[in-house]
Amino acid sequence: MSFWKRFARNIGALVGLAILVLVGLMAVLAPVLFPFSPWEMRGIPFMGPGEAGFLLGSDSLGRDVAAGIAHGALVSFLVGGVSTVAALALGVTLGAVAGYGGGWIDDAIMRFTEFFQTIPSFVLAVVLVAIFTPSITSIVVAIAVVSWPPVTRVVRAEFLSLRSREFVQAAEVLGRGPIAIMFTEILPNALSPIIVLASLMVATAILLESSLSFLGLGDPNLMSWGFMIGSGRSVIRIAWWMSVFPGVAIFLTVLALNLVGEGLNDALNPRLARRRGTLPA
Amino acid sequence: MTDAMRPIARRTLLAGAAASPVLMTLAEARAQGVAPRRGGVLSTIITPEPPILILGVNNQGPTLIVGSKIYQGLLTVTPQLDPAPMLAKSWTRSDDGLVYTFTLEQGVKWHDGRDFTSEDVVFSLMKFHMEVNPRARAILQRIDKAETPDAHTVRFTLKAPFEPFLLIFDVTGCAIVPKHVYDGTDYRNNPANATPIGTGPFRMAEWQRGNFIRLVRNEQYWKQGQPYLDGITYRIVPDSQSRGLALQTGQVQMTSSNDIEPFDVPRFQQQANLQVAQNGWELFAPLSWIEINNRLDNLKDARFRRAMAHAIDRNFIAQRLWFGVGKPATSPIASSTRFHDPSVQMPGFNPREATALLDAMGLRPNAQGIRASIKMMQIPYGEVWNRLSEYLRQALRQVGIEVTLESTDVAGWVRRLAAWEFETTINFVYQWGDPTLGVERTYVTSNIQKVAFTNTAGYSNPEVDRLFEAARNAVSADDRRRLFSDVQKRLVEDVPLVWLMELVFPTIHDRRLRNVITSGTGVHAPYDDVFFAS
Repeated sequence: MSFWKRFARNIGALVGLAILVLVGLMAVLAPVLFPFSPWEMRGIPFMGPGEAGFLLGSDSLGRDVAAGIAHGALVSFLVGGVSTVAALALGVTLGAVAGYGGGWIDDAIMRFTEFFQTIPSFVLAVVLVAIFTPSITSIVVAIAVVSWPPVTRVVRAEFLSLRSREFVQAAEVLGRGPIAIMFTEILPNALSPIIVLASLMVATAILLESSLSFLGLGDPNLMSWGFMIGSGRSVIRIAWWMSVFPGVAIFLTVLALNLVGEGLNDALNPRLARRRGTLPA
Repeated sequence: MTDAMRPIARRTLLAGAAASPVLMTLAEARAQGVAPRRGGVLSTIITPEPPILILGVNNQGPTLIVGSKIYQGLLTVTPQLDPAPMLAKSWTRSDDGLVYTFTLEQGVKWHDGRDFTSEDVVFSLMKFHMEVNPRARAILQRIDKAETPDAHTVRFTLKAPFEPFLLIFDVTGCAIVPKHVYDGTDYRNNPANATPIGTGPFRMAEWQRGNFIRLVRNEQYWKQGQPYLDGITYRIVPDSQSRGLALQTGQVQMTSSNDIEPFDVPRFQQQANLQVAQNGWELFAPLSWIEINNRLDNLKDARFRRAMAHAIDRNFIAQRLWFGVGKPATSPIASSTRFHDPSVQMPGFNPREATALLDAMGLRPNAQGIRASIKMMQIPYGEVWNRLSEYLRQALRQVGIEVTLESTDVAGWVRRLAAWEFETTINFVYQWGDPTLGVERTYVTSNIQKVAFTNTAGYSNPEVDRLFEAARNAVSADDRRRLFSDVQKRLVEDVPLVWLMELVFPTIHDRRLRNVITSGTGVHAPYDDVFFAS
């Protein structure tokens, strides 16, 4: 059974994928749909949804909420994507070395990982962003720094179980170097849990970025969903739409990413799915 | 306006009588059908919680508001910023402007029962404030001799005439403290600091940290039958939404200062039982501006700064960001302070003029329409200030100036401002009723220091320096007015900073509460005449 067919059996995953595609299209088409800066004050402040030409209303300075959401989607995906890639690079490398190397290398890397896991991740992110002054770079770095430890643990576990398999021993007998074995023999076989984890990490990263922006630690030059909720919070009695619509956008995107992650898990790990009853035995 | 420009010299004989009509007298109150009524406790809010209540040792806003009910000054100021009597019932000034003689109220007692005398006044000014209070010290150093001819007379002889001298005697400048408690002790760490002892209408009864400060009526207060209230309770509510709710439901009958965010003010303006007052900040007159580092390329060119001023719609800022609380600035001297010249107008909103100026400088737009790029450090004082920098970025972008915002925390902002490590930022300072006291410091060359709230912009113009100095030393108010008009003209020409708003902090109170704002210091009055009408 092909990967796609297995994925498609999970209705939730399909719905999630559809939402993701829509949000992605919105992000890409934002400059076409709203060919102006989302910061531009285009009309009367505090207009409700549908009034005065504002699809989703206007904010306290007369900025278009719909334009903000569309332009903010790109920022969310950018932050989610880049920070996940950075966290994966760090997490996979450390996990691979720990799992394949074993012994004191494994011990050292795992103590280091646990050290990071004991610090509450959001607090650490807040501290990092506050120290390095809020900008898109410092936010991406902070999110990457707090999200790599789980990757390391998962990758290490996979490597531990795979490194004693026959195909690894065969490669060793053929005289291949450890780095080549790690990345060309073991890693491809450990990819499925990493992919599932990555999809969930993107969701977490978007939430983290929104939380930071909500607290005023976002990049002041980039419109983001968290910033929109944060700035709308104080006027929620006057203009509920300023915080509700960006909130819905975050909710849908994170939900979609989780559904897709679930679907990927089912598709890439059929045994697990069958045990859960999602797939026929 | 004419009242504000009346020279002090004309009332040298009996200023007390001239200024008293500002405070509603008993007879006047009865004539209006609202006789003062004894009783009732005023619940209000103080944000943030003051660290200590000893005025002089701490001079932050919340300390001044609560402390001014416990302590009193020799004088206070009217809304027109003329001196009015407090502990001194009258005063005279010699014709050469050097000798000031104050006659004190009789029968005034400290909260611990001891008599208040002229010794307390001289101690407070010459020793206490001279040591702990930098702003007062700058003025008190001009005193050559302080004498006490008798227990109820104080005479100060100045080294040189200083026309705004009387403005420092308000409780927010120099509160009178008891000599018998503080003389010969370490003022900052005196154990008595936990229980402030003043002459004011209210005594401290209880202070639960993080919860409330409870003041009760001073039964021995020197004004017969006053105060009318049984007490004042200052609640400490850190969250602005909860403060709004407390006011809305009537749990507190008054809020002041920053208690209520500007965007909530329109809501309370519509609530029938509440009154929103915008006066009572005349002495402080905070003025906000774009602070511009005059040392940097482009920014050091007056044409560029003028273009910035032309690009910004200050009416929009006042209406949309501050919801009509406060008003657009027109010159470096706020309109409520003495010597504001209404004929001087800073460059108005005119984007076309702005682009013409930039063209003249040779700054042509590139493909994206950008002529120049500057950075703006956001002032971390809360949301409305963030909205302001977002507005400024868009407004300046309209004329081709690209603005990149930088965010910081409070400590970082003050540090970078003091170290001149900024291109532009937003700033606001109190003007203290007189340009010599609160405006000069921002523009004179001698005050270019690596200290926050000095001339951190690095603006320097010998003519402006000369005018400020002449105005500081001039004896007559008329001379000073002429000099300050000149200064305003020159500053408006040079636009060293782009002035934005004359800020006002709304005082919102229950309509039954009367006499809430009667002076130029508003909620910093002693409140001995405040009462609940039935």
